[in-house]
Amino acid sequence: MNTVNTGDTAWVLISAALVMLMTPGLAFFYGGMVRKKNILSILMQCFIVLCLLSIQWVVYGYSISFAPNDGFWGGFQWFCLNGVGVEPYPDYAATIPHQAFMIFQAMFAVITPALILGAFAERMKFSSFLIFILLWATFVYAPVCHWVWGTGGWLKKLGVLDFAGGIVVHITAGIAALATALVIGKRKNLEKNIPSPHNLPFVVLGTALLWFGWFGFNAGSALAANGIAVSAFVATNTAAAAGGLSWALMDLIRNGRTTMFGTASGAVAGLAAVTPGAGFISVVPAIAIGLVASLICFIAVSVIKPKLGYDDSLDAFGVHCISGTWGVLATGLFASKLVNPAGADGLFLGNPKQFLIQLIAVGVTLVYAFAVTMIIYKIVDLTIGVRVDEKEEAMGLDLTQHHERAYTVLE
Amino acid sequence: MKLIVAIIQPHKLEEVKEKLYKAEVNLITVSEVLGHGQQKGVTEIYRGAKETGNLLRKIRLEIAVNESFVEPTIKAIIKGAQTGNIGDGKIFVLDLERCIRIRTGEEGSLAIG
Repeated sequence: MNTVNTGDTAWVLISAALVMLMTPGLAFFYGGMVRKKNILSILMQCFIVLCLLSIQWVVYGYSISFAPNDGFWGGFQWFCLNGVGVEPYPDYAATIPHQAFMIFQAMFAVITPALILGAFAERMKFSSFLIFILLWATFVYAPVCHWVWGTGGWLKKLGVLDFAGGIVVHITAGIAALATALVIGKRKNLEKNIPSPHNLPFVVLGTALLWFGWFGFNAGSALAANGIAVSAFVATNTAAAAGGLSWALMDLIRNGRTTMFGTASGAVAGLAAVTPGAGFISVVPAIAIGLVASLICFIAVSVIKPKLGYDDSLDAFGVHCISGTWGVLATGLFASKLVNPAGADGLFLGNPKQFLIQLIAVGVTLVYAFAVTMIIYKIVDLTIGVRVDEKEEAMGLDLTQHHERAYTVLE
Repeated sequence: MKLIVAIIQPHKLEEVKEKLYKAEVNLITVSEVLGHGQQKGVTEIYRGAKETGNLLRKIRLEIAVNESFVEPTIKAIIKGAQTGNIGDGKIFVLDLERCIRIRTGEEGSLAIG
């Protein structure tokens, strides 16, 4: 029988709380970017995801993601946490109660679908959003999570490295963002007037909360209070810093001034990129991962996006999918058994096979998540319709979807 | 000289500005206001308490023009702001007694343009 380690358990519970805070953090990160008539809709979408998927997770989400099974997804034997108790489950974490692992993972299942909403911000009906998110969490998140992290998952057996969710979180959500942005269409009157973010201080506040929470996300993924947690913590902070600096520098080169919005976006790009490798890499690769993440995200959102003309309102694809993909591939380059003996060596340490495995995982996830997101979107669109009508979009989602407004004009 | 005051829908501002520039009317003051005409206003709910008839956000434009620009300005505003629905707004045309450019002290028609 495995014994529960108090230090490990304390760290994982704190980490779960840190990751929980990321969803409201994301709400402010996104909320500051929209027009002031839509901020409550963003906060509400993030908040309701926290409520809805917390329930989904304990009822069946955890079971279909993590219950051992060789098939498409996990088994149903852990329905309503049946058999998921306070005894450790050594396949996942030998020194903490099984429920501690479960609740830590719950926070990942919550924030991942919330990431997508940046793509269709300011134009989706709230009712359709709820159904879309529930289906997405069930048919995209759960299977991919099982493949990569679940006992019996085929990518796990293949040996893919995804420390804290580059594939499971950022690639699935990021490519879903592209799919939904393409199919929902642009916001109205965009050519004439690209709206300015209505509250950049909120964006910075959100970034700070994300950065803070990300320590739980990445260092908590060690599932123990040990050396790997520490090196993941260091890698996380390092890559975030490198990402912020790198974007600021590109702002300077391209537009002559560094910007707050750019620097905050760069930090988030660095954080997303270091996620899959955090527990497998040393500090110099972490710097490289952060620097390059911002560089390619900058190109994606400021050069490629305007050319292709899709309206990923808040760059959920441009930041999360691009940097997540880079991070997963970079893990295949930089991973080192000296950092984490449970991991593998990457291409730069003479193991090209690992890079190939990472490449396969990225490819399969991109295709699967894109296709299933499209199908889910179409189902919701054909039954209850996804997009608000033109007048509602013009008036803003706060008033039309929630009958509230964030800011009064008088008093 | 006339002062044209228009109340329009907030989301029509960009279109109205574009039509005004096309009509070579480039000097404009914009403010955010609250109000409603025939439109009843909106319902808002705060912790279950319903508030009906709340005032709607509108945009107020103020444009001072010489006589020859009055009709083009009115046409441009209508072109940009009209949806045909209730709540499109109104245009008021007022006589303008004096107009002084602060920088130079110029008066009248010269100061408007």
